[in-house]
Amino acid sequence: MAHNTPLIKIERKISGGDFQSAGDISSEVKKILQQAGFSPAFNRRVVIAVYEAEMNVVIHAYQGVFLTEIYPDRVYVVIDDEGPGIPDLELAFQEGYSTAPPHIREMGFGAGYGLSNMKKCSDRLQISTEMGKGTKVEMEFFLEPSKGGKSS
Amino acid sequence: MLKVNEIIAPLQAEVLAAGEMEAELTGGYCGDLLSDVMGNAHDGSVWITIQSHPNVIAVATLVGIPCVVITNWAEVENDTLERARAEKITVIRTHFTSYQAVSVLSGLGIPGTKRDG
Repeated sequence: MAHNTPLIKIERKISGGDFQSAGDISSEVKKILQQAGFSPAFNRRVVIAVYEAEMNVVIHAYQGVFLTEIYPDRVYVVIDDEGPGIPDLELAFQEGYSTAPPHIREMGFGAGYGLSNMKKCSDRLQISTEMGKGTKVEMEFFLEPSKGGKSS
Repeated sequence: MLKVNEIIAPLQAEVLAAGEMEAELTGGYCGDLLSDVMGNAHDGSVWITIQSHPNVIAVATLVGIPCVVITNWAEVENDTLERARAEKITVIRTHFTSYQAVSVLSGLGIPGTKRDG
């Protein structure tokens, strides 16, 4: 039976271009998941995907809102940003394809693995994007492989 | 298994931030692309990189990396070290290139590891 009441719900703001605090949300999510007692492998999947989504907002967007709901059997994440949008989603999913500027790449960001990492790590990924408006990324992670979760 | 404090002398390294020096190193990973390290590095690994900005510590924390080796004597921002201390991650710096550092660590018996899936 699906659980409909989240154990924990957190909402955070993400500032575009703020590389100093980039990763803070992912760290917070990791700590919460550890405290909730999920397996390290499951936590890792969630944390990689959240990190990539968080970094995408920092690298590409002006600002964004991160929301997660943690249920006993799944984790739901949504990242909604105000930004330039993604011109070609199919291209953006290709590993190595990136629109990040050179100074960002020099720091080791924007290598073009963000979306593919999110896809690999999540059990459900939905992206809606509008040019000049922004991008919304929704992800879901299931604890049990039988309910659609990757073995973790 | 080698501990963090046992790789400092062989790498002729300087300790910039001392974390858990007794942590055991289960393997090693070398890379400068943060997504690559996030996706592929194993927890418990020593991470060899030329990147030295504060987000390196965010990645190390998320992956569960106890020790970051900055190669080529790259400049390290103070903020990186403050974060490292807060997260108890050791940051050391060596004059060796990444290749030389990997080769030293490999010679000490630390295997290259990659996470499955």
